[in-house]
Amino acid sequence: MTELLWLLPLVPLAGAALCGLAGRRLPKRAVTIVACSASGAAFVLALAAFFELLALAPGDRRIEREFFTWIAAGDFTASAGFLLDPLSAVMALVVTGVGFLIHVYSTGYMRAEAGYYRFFAYMNLFLFSMLVLVLAGNFLLMFVGWEGVGLCSYLLIGYYFDRPAAADAGKKAFIVNRVGDVGFILGILLVFLTFGSLEFGPVFGEIAADSAFAPPGSGVLTATALLLFVGAAGKSAQIPLHVWLPDAMEGPTPVSALIHAATMVTAGVYMVVRCAPIFSRAPAALDAVLVVGIATALMAATIGLVQTDIKRVLAYSTVSQLGFMFAAAGVGAFSAAIFHLMTHAFFKALLFLGAGSVIHALSGEQDLRRMGGLRRRLPITFWTMLTAALAISGIFPLAGFFSKDEILWSAWAGGHPVVWIVGLLTAGLTALYMFRLIFLAFFGEARYAQGVHPHESPRSMTAPLVALALLSAVAGFIGLPAWLGANRFARFLEPSLSLVRRGDAPHLSHALEFGFAALSVAVALAGIFAAYRLYVVRPGTAGRIVARWGALYRLLRDKYRFDEFYDRAVIRPVLRLSERTLWQRVDVGVIDRAVNGVGASMAGLGGVLRGMQNGLIRSYAAWILAGTAAVLLYLSLFRN
Amino acid sequence: MDVPFILSWITYLPAAVALVLLALPRASNRTLRWIALSGSLAAFLLSLHLGFHFDASSSRMQFEESVSWIRFPAFEIRHHLGVDGISLFLVMLTTFLTPLALLSSWKSVTMRVRPFLACVLLLETGMTGVFCALDLVLFYVFWEVMLIPMYFLIGIWGGERRLYAAIKFILYTMAGSLLMLVGILYLFFAAGGDTFSLVEIVARLERGALAWSSREEFWLFLAFGLAFAIKIPLFPFHTWLPDAHVEAPTAGSVILAGVLLKMGTYGLVRFCLPLFPGAALALAPWISVLAVVGILYGALVAMVQPDMKKLVAYSSVSHMGLVVLGIFTFTPHGMTGALIQMVNHGLSTGALFLLVGMLYDRRHTRRIADFGGVAHTSPVFAAAFLVVTLAAIALPGLNGFVGEILILAGSFARNKVFGTLAALGMILGAVYMLRMYQRIFWGPKNPANAGLGDIGTRERILLLPIVGLMLWIGVYSAPFLRRMDASVAGILERVESAGTPGGSYRVQFIDPPGTPGEETK
Repeated sequence: MTELLWLLPLVPLAGAALCGLAGRRLPKRAVTIVACSASGAAFVLALAAFFELLALAPGDRRIEREFFTWIAAGDFTASAGFLLDPLSAVMALVVTGVGFLIHVYSTGYMRAEAGYYRFFAYMNLFLFSMLVLVLAGNFLLMFVGWEGVGLCSYLLIGYYFDRPAAADAGKKAFIVNRVGDVGFILGILLVFLTFGSLEFGPVFGEIAADSAFAPPGSGVLTATALLLFVGAAGKSAQIPLHVWLPDAMEGPTPVSALIHAATMVTAGVYMVVRCAPIFSRAPAALDAVLVVGIATALMAATIGLVQTDIKRVLAYSTVSQLGFMFAAAGVGAFSAAIFHLMTHAFFKALLFLGAGSVIHALSGEQDLRRMGGLRRRLPITFWTMLTAALAISGIFPLAGFFSKDEILWSAWAGGHPVVWIVGLLTAGLTALYMFRLIFLAFFGEARYAQGVHPHESPRSMTAPLVALALLSAVAGFIGLPAWLGANRFARFLEPSLSLVRRGDAPHLSHALEFGFAALSVAVALAGIFAAYRLYVVRPGTAGRIVARWGALYRLLRDKYRFDEFYDRAVIRPVLRLSERTLWQRVDVGVIDRAVNGVGASMAGLGGVLRGMQNGLIRSYAAWILAGTAAVLLYLSLFRN
Repeated sequence: MDVPFILSWITYLPAAVALVLLALPRASNRTLRWIALSGSLAAFLLSLHLGFHFDASSSRMQFEESVSWIRFPAFEIRHHLGVDGISLFLVMLTTFLTPLALLSSWKSVTMRVRPFLACVLLLETGMTGVFCALDLVLFYVFWEVMLIPMYFLIGIWGGERRLYAAIKFILYTMAGSLLMLVGILYLFFAAGGDTFSLVEIVARLERGALAWSSREEFWLFLAFGLAFAIKIPLFPFHTWLPDAHVEAPTAGSVILAGVLLKMGTYGLVRFCLPLFPGAALALAPWISVLAVVGILYGALVAMVQPDMKKLVAYSSVSHMGLVVLGIFTFTPHGMTGALIQMVNHGLSTGALFLLVGMLYDRRHTRRIADFGGVAHTSPVFAAAFLVVTLAAIALPGLNGFVGEILILAGSFARNKVFGTLAALGMILGAVYMLRMYQRIFWGPKNPANAGLGDIGTRERILLLPIVGLMLWIGVYSAPFLRRMDASVAGILERVESAGTPGGSYRVQFIDPPGTPGEETK
């Protein structure tokens, strides 16, 4: 199989090409078959690659394939080559597995769309780009996938391009990501400048050897790591570049599930973990990752508490969970970050797809205030979403419990009690906002419009829900904590993280770890209970709290006013500078006027000289006299 | 297979076809168009021969031909042509874009078709000649010859303010090239008054048979450099460009942006660096500053342009700034990146003008605000525009990225501040291009577009080769870059003979104009 590694991304690319170029003339059925079989085949190939990797001894689980030289000039070379190791195998499995399920779901959800073929062309193209991103064997090829997924995100957010909000959101996503990408590019260039290579193997090998010109903790490593993290923060929506993700919800819901929850937005986490050999040797940068991650986790969770659009609640939840993943990386628990990335992909994709099912049932309604009582009408959606909500809240023994707990425990064990406390608080808030959503949507009385008759979604949509619910329930068992057994997930990832520099692991008792786990479950239960009190038992309470804490509520509702700040501090001043100063004053007023002024003065001089050629002997004589006088004057003054 | 005088064939075939056109008084416009198109296609096919038979391992001139042209007792001016890795793809870009430019005007130019076609073909001869000429006088002749058809293209088939734009274009360029003429004459006399051959003069410089005082070198560099800076156009010599583009007909804009601007950067590489390496080294920081300012300034001004053509024109200022930055890194990857970026810019900007022309043909406006929702009526067109937009903002996988990353790598190695500022241009590029794309293509259905329709077969044929080439260079650039390597190394060796470029530019250590070059020696 690994000989055919190139097929893995190429199959979805072929699907994208077929759907995109011929899809308009093909029947929807044909598009469905092409797109779903392409993503399904990619999943099968990823599975095959995974098992082939598994058959190798752990130390040998690193397969590199170089296909051709992409760019070569001077000593700057970048190949098109893949690296299959446990880390990329896990990512490829998540991407293709969740991707396939969401493709199936979309055949139901997007059935009535005129742009059906366009949608699936972009989705397949996304899978291709994402696979290039995770399989890339060097920085620059990773950047190819990185920008490719950004493009697909742009196109899919703007899928309903006739809506100005969608068009704006797509553009905003692309541009905010570009800001991060410049950081990424500069980081890549710094890597090239320092190590003379762009391939992961040689670069990380050099770093792991603690080479003299980039020793651990050196400025160049810190700068590289920070620049790479700027890129990661852009793609994974961390402060201060998080503003694009909530707006990205303008895209169709399956897109939100696949790209803006399960896969693309986790690319930043993947990148940091892939570059763990660098980050682990740049403590200052790692601290920045930690601080940004945990701050984002808390901030986004608080915003999620008050959003009324079901997809926006989930979007802020995603931002918050991504913050958790970065916090994990920040305390050096890289495998925990990937573990949470994976479980999050399952339950967050499920939550989005469930939300899509709700929206679908309510003919497009997204406002939680106009839902309610859907529990009996949409039983499958309800039960699967409930599973996901319990999982994300961290209730034992669902997947989210294990992955989140590993992060919290790593924070404590790594000597970051403040991070642990904030994380615990965020976990409680997570349970609160998530069950606020569940209770508002599925419990209480029906608040949707009179004529709407909610109905359960078709099989093509519910089947992926069930599959993801199963995964959300059981996926945690591959990463059991020490007090329960062995963390097979971490052990599998180990070869990919062998070059990470580790501090001394503190020896803390299993009993303490168990106690912490129990505490985090208790906090989650408290959150759920609070939501139950607020939204089921006494539905008026929330309104009273809002009335009492008006300013705080408005701050949260307005998302801490980041957008307004950027608008005033960056966008408008830049536009004003460009329009009034640079264009009107400098370009037209100074530079071009000077150019035309030279032209005009030449013409003016010509006019003067023409005046002299008037054919009057008297005038010529006068000029000759004046000229002679001037020459004599010059000679007498300066020539003696 | 060796084709004798292949460069002459490529260069003069279009001019010959132009003469044929003028000699056919009774032919219909249709016939004339077909003759012109076949002539330029034939030139393109001939130029493919160059690509196939080019020896990538050699930095020497290839397909060289040299015959005596004007003979005097003391010296002669030779008709000396040749290509190397620097000029190969520029020649091919010229022959590639000219048929497309002709095809683009198939329907839009209906008045004075015969002189129009003749002008485009003569322009092609001029441009190809500029890239092939190795004799200074011959180069100068081509350089000037190409101005005249362009002047007519803008002045006759242009928009409302065509005369203003045409005269500004020609006077501005002439002002620069006259200085270059003075420089050429000085060079001739300094070299001993017996040759105008670039190759020979460079050889004498290398041998030490000819040497510059630093003051001499500085002024000569400026005399040539100003002509090139205007042509590129390097900030702040760029203001002719927006006017010329806005007024020029589509074919004129395509050739202007696609090929003409490259003559400036080509001139820097072909003449300024090997002839005056010391001055090039000394002035590199200053030129890089202008380039970086141009990158950011062009992008910022492009962002607020209400007219599509002006937007693309200012974006050219930005992109060509990047090319100049790459050249003056004096690193192999920076300069190779600059060379491939010339081709890339020719493709993407040429394609952008083609696309804008297609919109203009249908709606007779270029104001961005007049559009919106075009993707509803013209999906194929929207897709093509998107690909070109993405190439222009250097999306990896398309051609623009290869050039930009190489240039950034080079400039970042030389000076981190310049490299970082240039990279910021990538953000601004995305801003102005996506803003334009959104406002033209996205948004609700717009009744003004009712009769717009999608692009037809001719237009698809027009865009397909460009998009194909963009993908090719983007995905597999090795065949292109490989052919540049040896020549780039040759130029760099020549530059380094005048002193090693410092690890990073330190602007404060550079001599004030007038006493250049001492400290870099």
